Amino acid sequence: MTPEEHIALALRALPTPPTGWVEAAKELPATRRELETILERVDRDEQFRQRAIADLEATLVAEGVEPTSVVVAHLRRRLEP
Amino acid sequence: MNAATDAELVSRCRGGDADAWAELVERYARYVYAIAARVYRLGPEDAEDVFQEVFSRAFERLDTLRDDQALRPWLAQTTRNCAVDTLRRSGREVAVEEVPEEIDEGLARLDEALTVHAALDRLAPECREILDRFFRRDESYRTISAELELPAGTVASRIARCLTRLRDVLEPGRKPPPPPSGEKVGERR
Repeated sequence: MTPEEHIALALRALPTPPTGWVEAAKELPATRRELETILERVDRDEQFRQRAIADLEATLVAEGVEPTSVVVAHLRRRLEP
Repeated sequence: MNAATDAELVSRCRGGDADAWAELVERYARYVYAIAARVYRLGPEDAEDVFQEVFSRAFERLDTLRDDQALRPWLAQTTRNCAVDTLRRSGREVAVEEVPEEIDEGLARLDEALTVHAALDRLAPECREILDRFFRRDESYRTISAELELPAGTVASRIARCLTRLRDVLEPGRKPPPPPSGEKVGERR
């Protein structure tokens, strides 16, 4: 194998992840700010907290936040008693 | 092109620079994905969960990184941990533990690949684009030829020439190569 072929192999070794995954990761700073807003509300609004515990995904959608797996997992951890 | 070092990116991310965070994600997205999907062979759903979890942890814990230049090994280790946790939850952990050498070899190959990809950023735009299209996006000569409005033969010779330039970037002390002979690399149509 020539050095150029070796380089070509290396270039092919890293596949492109789906665009949506990369965009979601890039938006983490903004997503985190939204999460903090939601968590503040969870802390001061018991009704909202109960709604979130009962159906977290629907509550997030109603608040205009996409319920991605990371967002849901993060909030579930924080909602646990 | 002078790309920011990892340490510079990490420092800017700590200061709340969203553009730096986006650049960090762009730089390591393929690497994290390849570890999850190729080395640990996770399916799409599990790979996505690992991918998002790794960047989520990175975002949360950048402040605790002891050496800003150690971002790459830190991401690799975090991806490994997340992937193994995922396999453990699905009952496939034993299969992973049986082949540690294979995992280590896979990671070593990806580390080398990441170095080559980083060097790509130091090439002229025309070289970056054609190598990206051919090797990373897996486009055919025909597609590249149509998109860039170049004869197919020019596409082939430019790929060969740009690979040589990439080699020069990776091996800066190397003697200059002889003039390009139009050698074709790859046999895609």
